[in-house]
Amino acid sequence: MSAPRVETRVEPRVEPRAEPRAEPLVEIHNLAKSYVRGEQIVPVLSDITLDIQEGDFTALMGPSGSGKTTLLNLVAGIDKPDCGTLRVGGLDITTLTESQLADWRASNVGFIFQFYNLMPVLTAYENVELPLMLTGLGRSERRERVEMTLSVVGLADRMKHYPNELSGGQQQRVAIARAVITDPRLIVADEPTGDLDRSSAADILAMMQRLNTELGKTIIMVTHDGQSARAAKAIIHLEKGEIIGNVEPASA
Amino acid sequence: MAIPLSYIARNLWTRRLTTALTAGGLALVVFVFATVLMLDAGLKQTMVTTGEYDNVVAIRKGADTEIQSGITRVQAAVIESHPSVALGTDARRLASKETVVLISLRKLGTAKPSNVVIRGISPHGLELRPQVKIAGGRRFASGSSEIIVGSSIAKGFEGTRIGSTLRFAQRDWTVVGIFDAGRSGFDSEIWGDADQLMQAFRRIVYSSVIVRLADGSDFERFRADVDADPRLTNELKREQIFYGDQSRALSTFINILGLTLTAVFSIGATIGAMITMYASVANRVAEIGTLRALGFRRGNVLAAFLIESLLLGLVGGVIGLALASLMQFASFSTTNFQTFAELAFRFTLTPGIAAATLAFSMAMGLLGGFLPAAGAARMNIVDSLRAA
Ligand SMILES: Nc1ncnc2c1ncn2[C@@H]1O[C@H](COP(=O)(O)OP(=O)(O)OP(=O)(O)O)[C@@H](O)[C@H]1O
Ligand SMILES: [Mg+2]
Repeated sequence: MSAPRVETRVEPRVEPRAEPRAEPLVEIHNLAKSYVRGEQIVPVLSDITLDIQEGDFTALMGPSGSGKTTLLNLVAGIDKPDCGTLRVGGLDITTLTESQLADWRASNVGFIFQFYNLMPVLTAYENVELPLMLTGLGRSERRERVEMTLSVVGLADRMKHYPNELSGGQQQRVAIARAVITDPRLIVADEPTGDLDRSSAADILAMMQRLNTELGKTIIMVTHDGQSARAAKAIIHLEKGEIIGNVEPASA
Repeated sequence: MAIPLSYIARNLWTRRLTTALTAGGLALVVFVFATVLMLDAGLKQTMVTTGEYDNVVAIRKGADTEIQSGITRVQAAVIESHPSVALGTDARRLASKETVVLISLRKLGTAKPSNVVIRGISPHGLELRPQVKIAGGRRFASGSSEIIVGSSIAKGFEGTRIGSTLRFAQRDWTVVGIFDAGRSGFDSEIWGDADQLMQAFRRIVYSSVIVRLADGSDFERFRADVDADPRLTNELKREQIFYGDQSRALSTFINILGLTLTAVFSIGATIGAMITMYASVANRVAEIGTLRALGFRRGNVLAAFLIESLLLGLVGGVIGLALASLMQFASFSTTNFQTFAELAFRFTLTPGIAAATLAFSMAMGLLGGFLPAAGAARMNIVDSLRAA
């Protein structure tokens, strides 16, 4: 078994808490998840306990199949745990019905995917506008917000372009704009730079750092890459469905 | 609607070849469906305009058509003199004692003979049918061997031009005029003097008596009097109903044949729509997962795919309807097998037919799209995102 690469300054801050702090944004306690594959039950996550504070930028690392995506999906409310506590913003999201959960995601979670997951038939503008269709905002308010957000990610001149007319890095910037357009507290990103070359990846990571520091967004980012993980303020290592250590990264 | 219509419509446009092929299948069915309805509407219109509401037709009891009917001169005189019958400008009864005979004429361009109605009318016969106008030549002179031909006859049969003669019943008959009966069934008839035709065909009874009611609401009383009169073995019908009834069997036949065909084809088209929609869902599994992650509900996804299939149906419906509307420029002629006479009519597109056709097409789309859309809505978010 290979040792995690960044293992120097291990400062577990999972529990016990050193000092009373504000209620964490994400509270995970004894969380477990398994999948049923045919006759077999495959345990994916077992006994995960973890707090993420408001304003954190956390990288989730670990080997392939260790359960990173699964953990991210649980926190983002698109998957259900088997048992354990999962509170986000003080709300136990495991008790929500499916449509309540959908509404909760619409206003509380922004998603960034490895392959951008933009709608190919919609322009950059329309892709960013999409989550706003679930809000009561009128057309002109939506326009104002979309135009503003697209210019923040540096794509003001590409609003009418379709995803296949944009580079990977540009597509991911559209996706970032889409993730923040509803002003969610939590942003989850599953290998956001996994499909990008080095310089585009650096752009995307810098942009995510700005979301974190300037807009105060709490970000959880899954990544394979130690270099990318340095953009985060903290790194959590998963192995075989268990947290094996919390690491403060060497400064990026 | 949460998921924008532009997303839905552009997905159809993106797969335009598949969309076009599927819509084409739907359009074909819609075309057949609309054509059948238009044919039936044309037939009904022809038959209804053939009859005047205030006109009453008297025929022998039990006869469905004038061909099978017989009315003696005495009976005709009794009916004609009933007080319900209006008076003409000449102060005589507005009535026409008529004889109806079928003859065989050669259709233009084929060697095939067809049955054509020859109608002998009294002097008031034209006045009783205000929709019948002389379109060329002149009226026949009474007491002569002159005839006038309906516009469909003039277009479709040999020897029916003005000035030419037709030979039947051992006489030569001169065509002196062409009449336009406003697309009614009379357009498929030849008219002449009733007495001349009865002599030539050696008939001693009339086929029918047509009268105009002085007061349209008098019909029931008129009919009761005729029923009660022991000398009369006749039945009265309003002219519109009489002709409507005559086309009923043909109309039923057209409808049953046409709608059976439509039903069979529509199964194919609906399955086509279903296959297309299943493919549409399968191609967009990751998009569905993404939409759901962004907060769109199962219901939004269901609605989006149902609307997509409705749009697909609408496209097919519009194409099919456009093709069918071209049929209005064609006319159709067939044998009315109740009278055995040739009857020409047009495909008639009404707003009701257009609406029914589009609704039918969209229903096929919806039916085909239902299972795929339900499948899309049922998808698990995590599984569909993993499909990327
Ligand atoms: N829907 C599912 N059905 C069955 N097994 C699943 C399902 N989702 C995940 N798994 C299994 O759970 C384990 C963890 O999967 P997960 O996607 O969370 O890993 P990961 O850490 O994100 O890996 P990677 O780095 O390759 O993305 C894997 O063994 C995977 O095969
Ligand atoms: Mg993963």
